[in-house]
Amino acid sequence: MFDFRKIFGLDIGSKKAAKERLRLVLIHDRTTISQEKLENMKRDLIEVISRYIDIDVSDLEFRMEAQDEKVALVANIPITENNEVIKGA
Amino acid sequence: MSGKAVVITSGKGGVGKTTTTANLGAALALQGCSVVLLDADIGLRNLDVVMGLENRIVYDLINVIDGTVEFRKALIKDKRVDGLYLLPAAQTKDKDAVSPEQMKKLIEDIKTEFDYVLIDCPAGIEQGFLNAIIGADEAVVVVTPEVSSVRDADRVVGLLDKKGEIPMDNISMLVNRIRMDMVRKKEMLDVSDIEELLQIRVLGVIPDDESVIVSTNKGEPVVLNGKNHLAQAYRDAAGRMLGQDIPFNERNHSFVGTVLRFFGLAE
Ligand SMILES: Nc1ncnc2c1ncn2[C@@H]1O[C@H](COP(=O)(O)OP(=O)(O)OP(=O)(O)O)[C@@H](O)[C@H]1O
Ligand SMILES: [Mg+2]
Repeated sequence: MFDFRKIFGLDIGSKKAAKERLRLVLIHDRTTISQEKLENMKRDLIEVISRYIDIDVSDLEFRMEAQDEKVALVANIPITENNEVIKGA
Repeated sequence: MSGKAVVITSGKGGVGKTTTTANLGAALALQGCSVVLLDADIGLRNLDVVMGLENRIVYDLINVIDGTVEFRKALIKDKRVDGLYLLPAAQTKDKDAVSPEQMKKLIEDIKTEFDYVLIDCPAGIEQGFLNAIIGADEAVVVVTPEVSSVRDADRVVGLLDKKGEIPMDNISMLVNRIRMDMVRKKEMLDVSDIEELLQIRVLGVIPDDESVIVSTNKGEPVVLNGKNHLAQAYRDAAGRMLGQDIPFNERNHSFVGTVLRFFGLAE
């Protein structure tokens, strides 16, 4: 699919990046949950999930995201290869 | 009579609080208001030089707070406009020399005799910031179209509400140093982007302009010398502060952008 915006060069320009980054940073800043609590939660989540599947802890990602006026905690947790879940065993 | 106290703040340093305080104050005085510019940046005073009144200082904020003189005696009258006064900060004492209660009391006192007290807030969110916001009824948050400035502004808005008991309805922002050439190239956040991110009312939009530097060199706020578009932008902001319905004309969009937006081809 071709994109009009790309053709007209409207998609370039750093302001878009600035706005997107700010959107996420502000969500983060505005949450009343403390950084410490967030870290603790992360650790607990990792522990619980690890009980069931092997996960790749080095590549974890947690972030706050805006989804239609609501804020979501999005976790991206890669599971290691050779995992029972993947093999469907 | 009870006037209004308005704190000019930002969080981030160097975004234009002092320049804004000087020009908004001068513009309000030109509209017939009596105005006291209060420099709350203790230890780093600058409003005096921006106003060109540095040679007339005898007493400062600390002398008033510690009771050496009453506030009227410390006020420096600006001879260029009727009704414009400066209460300078102390340059020597450190900022802990003042408590929030003392500031609040002083501002209450000034408000009984003047229409406006504009408080030039120091950068940061420490004690000096708290002293500057505690007596304010309203706040103008100065923000430049940069990621760090917008982020700090958001933080400050939260604190104004929580620590300063200034309700959201009494907070507005002044977008400073906007560059239309960069906005057009989409290399700079525009006013509507910032409005959307911060969710506060826009009081004014001030272009980035080298005449600000020239005016600081001379100690003469741009509003006082005339007719350029920068002076007009400050006068418009002051007018809005007084409740006048002043449209934003050069509001950040190019004609091409408007057409493309109409057809849904641009944001
Ligand atoms: N609209 C503008 N166009 C060009 N330069 C500007 C503009 N507004 C402010 N400046 C410049 O930016 C610098 C900082 O301005 P100012 O001292 O008002 O900021 P401030 O927020 O009070 O700083 P501080 O946090 O140190 O108190 C000054 O050199 C000033 O001349
Ligand atoms: Mg300043």
